[in-house]
Amino acid sequence: MSVVTAEGLSLTFPGDVQALKGVNLSIDAGEFVSFIGPSGCGKTTFLRVVADLEKPTGGEVRVTGLSPEEARMKRAYGYVFQQPGLLPWRTVEGNVRLPLALMGQDRRTADQRVASVLKMVELDGFGNKYPWQLSGGMQQRASIARALAFDAELLLMDEPFGALDEIVRDRLNDQLLDLWRSTQKTVLFVTHSIPEAVYLSTKIVVMSPRPGRIAKVIDNPLPSDRPLEVRESTEFLSVASDVRNALREGMH
Amino acid sequence: MVQWLARSVLPVMTIIAAIVLIWYAAAVPMNAGRTYMMAPDDAEIALPDLVSDTWAQKKPRLPVPHQIVVEVRKQATFSWIWKEKRRGYKRSLIYHTWVTLSSTIFGFVLGLVLGVSLSLAIVYSRVMDLSVMPWVITSQTIPIIAIAPMIIVIMAAGGMTGLMPKGVISMYLSYFPIVVGMTKGLRSSEPILEDQMKTWSATAFQTFWLLRLPSAMPFLFPAMKIGLAAALVGAVVAELPSGARAGLGARLLVFSYRSETIPMWANLVSAALLAGILVVSFGLLERAVNRRLGFRNAGDVTS
Repeated sequence: MSVVTAEGLSLTFPGDVQALKGVNLSIDAGEFVSFIGPSGCGKTTFLRVVADLEKPTGGEVRVTGLSPEEARMKRAYGYVFQQPGLLPWRTVEGNVRLPLALMGQDRRTADQRVASVLKMVELDGFGNKYPWQLSGGMQQRASIARALAFDAELLLMDEPFGALDEIVRDRLNDQLLDLWRSTQKTVLFVTHSIPEAVYLSTKIVVMSPRPGRIAKVIDNPLPSDRPLEVRESTEFLSVASDVRNALREGMH
Repeated sequence: MVQWLARSVLPVMTIIAAIVLIWYAAAVPMNAGRTYMMAPDDAEIALPDLVSDTWAQKKPRLPVPHQIVVEVRKQATFSWIWKEKRRGYKRSLIYHTWVTLSSTIFGFVLGLVLGVSLSLAIVYSRVMDLSVMPWVITSQTIPIIAIAPMIIVIMAAGGMTGLMPKGVISMYLSYFPIVVGMTKGLRSSEPILEDQMKTWSATAFQTFWLLRLPSAMPFLFPAMKIGLAAALVGAVVAELPSGARAGLGARLLVFSYRSETIPMWANLVSAALLAGILVVSFGLLERAVNRRLGFRNAGDVTS
């Protein structure tokens, strides 16, 4: 079943900037899809269109069978931004509880849910801390916990680990993979990093700029169980080189 | 403790000491004219005599600090608050300070309500956004001293005298920084957080209450401090043309007619102390709120 479909999707910003042109894509339930490409290729814009943060100027997008706006109103997705975006005056718990409170969930159910997602991202015991008391990686994990809190089947992640150092990034990639396998969510993941894309995804969408479009969609044959060592395997390296070639071709 | 003394108290005390020294030195030439006028034509006045006379005149051009302190202590008495009158005026400085303080606070609260309401209208209505700000700015280009008598006359015609017109004049001065600060504050929340609220399909009120209002606090408090000081100026100015018989402004006017410089300065010092106390206590409140909201050190920057 398709969770996200795009047909002939185009978006032109005022001033005649073509962010997306003729994007066709279909993403099945349970897939982990990475979007990779140079800046200006429209990968973030595509995610924002799915989230109804931007309106397309042409073509059609369906999210869980609904229009993006209907999907947003039904809270069909959780969105993780590039920065943690935690409210500084709320504790970690308070931040994770915020979307649940907005949905009118009662306090006891919400508290249980908050505790369980904090455990999922290994932040149990940090619920009463304020964001500034956490490291950057922990803040981003809190932000992921918040996106998981209301258990939407779709997770949209816009370079969530882009601002973190490589050691923290590896660890969070590993955790994210575990999380994806255990929750069976559909994930759309924007990244700049080829190893990250290959390590995480079942499908890699390579995009190219001016106008933003899909250059190539690469299916990832790696098994779903991926220890960190898989990155040194020949299979991993051959997928990575496919992605690199597609990126290079896309520049022309 | 020692560090705190060295860092905050010492610099302040140094400046105060310098001002006091310059003040005493300046008083000698400023008041010397009167000393010579009162002396016989051919008198030679030795420097020590000149100094001691210029520091102890009854109506000096520039009273020296200890004269002002003595005057403040003489006037700041509770026993005169309700009883003793001189030439129809109550004399207690505490009483007059209280009169000015009450209209300052009343006007400030009016200004706060007006300022916050206007900024909400500006932020949430495009029409208001385009139309209100120019008028708000224009309102501040009219000298308050010109508009104050008109407000008093117009309101008196409607049967409102005393606290009401004074409050309105204070409001006129104090709402401006609050509109500007609050509008900026309500627009200060990060775009990413606005987007975040949108992804949860939060209502406009939820976004306001949970995101924009707390984000505005670090902007609102400095604006309120400026507004408070402006409200005090408004209260003093409002007491000048109104025929008021009470309040620091009314007293200043009376003493200036009589060239009684020492009581004038005593009133000025009271007004300055009042402003200082108001602003400092607001600074403490600001620190507490910002701590609570997790804006670290925000209070330190502005206080």
